[in-house]
Amino acid sequence: MRRRSKAVKRGRGRSGRRRVPLLELAHARSGDKGDTANVGLIALKPEYYPILVKQVTAARVARHFKGMVKGPVERFELPNLGALNFLLHGALDGGGTISLKTDAQGKVLSTALLRLEIELPR
Amino acid sequence: MTAQRASLSPTVRIAAGQGFWGDWLEAPYRQVTGGPIDYLMMDYLAEVTMSIMQKQKSRDPSLGYATDFVPLMERILPTLAERGIKVTANAGGVNPRACAEAVAAAARALGLAGKLKIGIVTGDDLLGRLDGLLARGHQLRNLDTGRPLRDVRDRVLSANAYLGAWPVVEALRRDADIVITGRVTDTGLTLAPMIHAFGWRPDDWDLLAAGTVAGHTIECGAQCSGGNCLVDWERIPDLANVGYPIVAAHPDGTFEITKHAGTGGRITVAGVTEQLVYEMGNPAEYITPDCVADFTTIRLAQAGKDRVRVSGVRGRPATDKLKVSIAYSYGYKAVGSLVYAWPDAYKKAKAADRVLRQRLKDLGLGFEAMLSEFVGADATHGPLALASAPLGELPEVQLRIGVRSPDRAAVERFTREIAPLILNGPPSVTGFAGGRPKPEQIVAYWPALVDKRMVEPCVEIVDV
Repeated sequence: MRRRSKAVKRGRGRSGRRRVPLLELAHARSGDKGDTANVGLIALKPEYYPILVKQVTAARVARHFKGMVKGPVERFELPNLGALNFLLHGALDGGGTISLKTDAQGKVLSTALLRLEIELPR
Repeated sequence: MTAQRASLSPTVRIAAGQGFWGDWLEAPYRQVTGGPIDYLMMDYLAEVTMSIMQKQKSRDPSLGYATDFVPLMERILPTLAERGIKVTANAGGVNPRACAEAVAAAARALGLAGKLKIGIVTGDDLLGRLDGLLARGHQLRNLDTGRPLRDVRDRVLSANAYLGAWPVVEALRRDADIVITGRVTDTGLTLAPMIHAFGWRPDDWDLLAAGTVAGHTIECGAQCSGGNCLVDWERIPDLANVGYPIVAAHPDGTFEITKHAGTGGRITVAGVTEQLVYEMGNPAEYITPDCVADFTTIRLAQAGKDRVRVSGVRGRPATDKLKVSIAYSYGYKAVGSLVYAWPDAYKKAKAADRVLRQRLKDLGLGFEAMLSEFVGADATHGPLALASAPLGELPEVQLRIGVRSPDRAAVERFTREIAPLILNGPPSVTGFAGGRPKPEQIVAYWPALVDKRMVEPCVEIVDV
């Protein structure tokens, strides 16, 4: 945890913008509802939540998962929990028992989202 | 002062014992022996579980429930009876009566005859009424695809409405010690003891929503107490001895998530938050048969070590629909795999995949879907991982290839095309010890809605 916040501070200290993986700002858990996967994204600190709201948009997440998600991406905000919830429709090759995927239930799409790069504000 | 207030505020402790059928067998035993609890809640029914049980019941009419539940109850029944701990479990699956009979037999063998009552909740099973419902204009459209059920009616294997907490409450009011249900919602199993203990009413929407949030938090067992927890995962202590969660609920709808002293794992705001967002749809509308809970109103606070306080939950009236879980025969699938070793493990696996696909094509086999994954490179994160993976240096890669088809024969032929690659495909291949993959029937899930008034829950009490 300490290591992560240091990385973020270093980013802020520079004059230019700095890109860090979302992994340094958030944690996540994912699961399934049929052929839709959900990824709950949670800010590691309250001050990171506005950064997530601004940069981790539904459109950006849809681009991130291009080729992996067939349908639209929806986003919901949970400011009370410092969290965003994403629904990735058509992400699971039919889902449940139909899917041929190793991750038929979308359990590790959580960390796949955390690969997204975030630009830290000045 | 604090002690005095605590004594005036009754608390009901509901412990999670199983998060799915196949969860840790030690957990329920530890929950009932590791400290004080009032209820043991066990959730056995994931969406795909009903279809598995349906398969088992079709082979043997005395099955179709979570068979693990019976020896597990045998082990803890004496403790339950001695400490007055009650059980709510949807272990009954598609055959709650058979499950209850098996538990009753186990209880009698333990000398508990006359000392226990078992509540059985049924009425969720709509299979025999499907044609009547369809004839009366209930289309049971697939919630994901919008297709009407009549498209697959002849392939339906089971249909169960999700019942809520109230039939479980009725069983508790009629003094059931162990309530065994069919398709009761995961959350209803936790909410029911609260309604029963605190006298909550059917239109106490905020309270029912609070109990629903409590149920959602513990329905996946240790997933809220340190299991599968990403945040700071390396420092979560003693997962070997992980404590399953306990809800300490209060009449005003607030509650704490905690676990027995001396157990491993960790209960923090961050970890509980991970579980709250698990399998979440629209967080403002968490719909259950009992209410609509608004997860954007939940307040969490760390109330001590391994203790998270939950408050502020708001709810809205329940809808007039129930969700129906329908299982139908979809077709067949098989998945085979081979492992390729360094050097060029990924290239070799890719080459093997091309050879296999060419052969399947030359055989004229058509599949609804064919999926190749390269475990070690792209199976979990797809192109996102490939972009940065050191593909030339991977020590090994597993080619994992699956097919799906309505035609069992095509899938069967596919299963015979994997092993030959060991001798007639790319080199450095191993990992075929498991033998030829078996074609597997796909029993798929069809979620739908039905008018609530079409479903009549039924509660029976049997004396052991």
